Amino acid sequence: MAQSEVKSSFPKENSGRAMADLTIDTDLARKILTGFIRTEITRAGFQNAVIGLSGGVDSALACFLAAEALGPDHVLALRMPYRSSSQDSMDDAKSVIDALGVHTDTIEITAMVEPLIQHFPDMDNRRKGNIMARQRMIILFDQSEAFKGLVVGTGNKTEILLGYSTWYGDSACSLNPLGDLYKAQIRQLGKVMGVPEVILNKAPSADLWQGQTDEGELGFTYDQADRLLYLLIDQRFTPEECVEAGFGETFVRQVIQRVRRNQFKRVLPPIAKLSNRTVGYDFLYLRDWGT
Amino acid sequence: MKLKVALAQINTVLGGVEKNLEKHLKYIEEARQEGAELIVFPELSLTGYVLQDIVPTVAHHPEPSDPIFHELLEASLGIDVMVGFVEEDQRNRFYISAAYLSAGKTLDVHHKTYLPTYGLFDEGRFFARGDSVHAFETRYGRVGILICEEFWHASPPYLLWLDGADIFLFHSASPGRGLPGTDEPGEMGRLASSRWVDDITRAYAGLFTSFVVHTNRVGFEDGLNFWGGAAVYSPDGIPLVHGPQHQEALIYAELDLNQLHRTRARLPLLRDEQTDLTLRELNRILNHRKD
Repeated sequence: MAQSEVKSSFPKENSGRAMADLTIDTDLARKILTGFIRTEITRAGFQNAVIGLSGGVDSALACFLAAEALGPDHVLALRMPYRSSSQDSMDDAKSVIDALGVHTDTIEITAMVEPLIQHFPDMDNRRKGNIMARQRMIILFDQSEAFKGLVVGTGNKTEILLGYSTWYGDSACSLNPLGDLYKAQIRQLGKVMGVPEVILNKAPSADLWQGQTDEGELGFTYDQADRLLYLLIDQRFTPEECVEAGFGETFVRQVIQRVRRNQFKRVLPPIAKLSNRTVGYDFLYLRDWGT
Repeated sequence: MKLKVALAQINTVLGGVEKNLEKHLKYIEEARQEGAELIVFPELSLTGYVLQDIVPTVAHHPEPSDPIFHELLEASLGIDVMVGFVEEDQRNRFYISAAYLSAGKTLDVHHKTYLPTYGLFDEGRFFARGDSVHAFETRYGRVGILICEEFWHASPPYLLWLDGADIFLFHSASPGRGLPGTDEPGEMGRLASSRWVDDITRAYAGLFTSFVVHTNRVGFEDGLNFWGGAAVYSPDGIPLVHGPQHQEALIYAELDLNQLHRTRARLPLLRDEQTDLTLRELNRILNHRKD
């Protein structure tokens, strides 16, 4: 997309009230995010990235960004299906790998997670899903050691705010280039970078069981959530102002509650302060300390 | 003349103003029934302490039209009340504030003038700095309010003294830190921060031959603990009461206001204080300092 086209879709400065327009300057975002991946991986002493490819748009975009930042030869894309994972997901992930020419491996997790799942015959889908997400995390971090690279995260801003992720599962990573992009913005950037159309257009799914979609589980669409979160978080609207802007009161309350209740996923576990200098409170350094 | 003071060293719900109000009303009623004439709550008692981005959503006005203060003002018909809250001014600056309510009216509002922004503290990031330190008249004498960090500095208590305060009303949300070591056998059982605040508040009572009333909160916020330990010191620097450490409590002290006469007759520090000399030297120092 040309720069001028992007700018023309920004809200007019004197449009009267802030609007939930999520259009971004994709060229600038692409430049910053590839620079971020390259800088933060190399300064930590690495040259490679490891990414779990689900077949969805988030991990596809992360893979495109990493391949552009480091070169396809420095990216390992892993497919980690469970026995019920759909063939479409596998095929879509393969289309990303083929388009980029990155290293790849397929490691089926069924035999790894099944003993634990079988141990609890009454286990519900949420527990199973968490086990699968955490098993994939184990594989990614093992492969990051084998491939001498860092795990690039794929969580977007919408799911981070809604807490739609497994703690120490799919949210676990060494760096995350996507965490400040709403789902709609992921699609915008993905489109510009050449993520295959079929991936851009399909319904987001954690693919934990047949026919599952994120939106079905959440009870609202990403489009609705993106626009509401943009007003609440980025524009600092009050809940009342969001209702005035046209969002349903119940929906607003539901989303605010989700954001608040999932704060624990967005911070490190608190350390109980005892001394005069405590990690996290008054022992404060960036991770890039000294590099 | 005697004054019975209640010190409510309470725990608070972070950002839960209505729940905190309920607790205030409960303790106010209990103290009133016990014959107390004043009840002092801790810093930010209506909101909790580490508010961060909660700040703009918990601001209230100490006026009858405000739903929270409406109830507190009504409760102040039977007993004077000092509470901690967040005030937003007309130009949308937020202050750590304390209100003194009496006979259904707001007698005084104080905005915190020293905002610690170092170590574990980050108040300057979220709050505006107050610009006044002053005493005011109550039905039992002239008093002044200071909030936590303000009395870690020597000048605000000194100003209150010169402005005519005979009773210093201090309150805090003081995070506990500094476990005593085996090289400090006399200090076992309380944290360094607790000892320090006790030492300085006691010193102010003696130095200014005035009563010092201090209420600090209890409970945890993430990894921070608040140590309680509310205390009252007489104009001789004698402790009149000490609240328990790390435990919610409503404690009482009877202030014999005639002690001001007896102490100051023995020790005329106020009479002999050379304010002209202080002002002259301050002017010289401020006009000629080289930093």
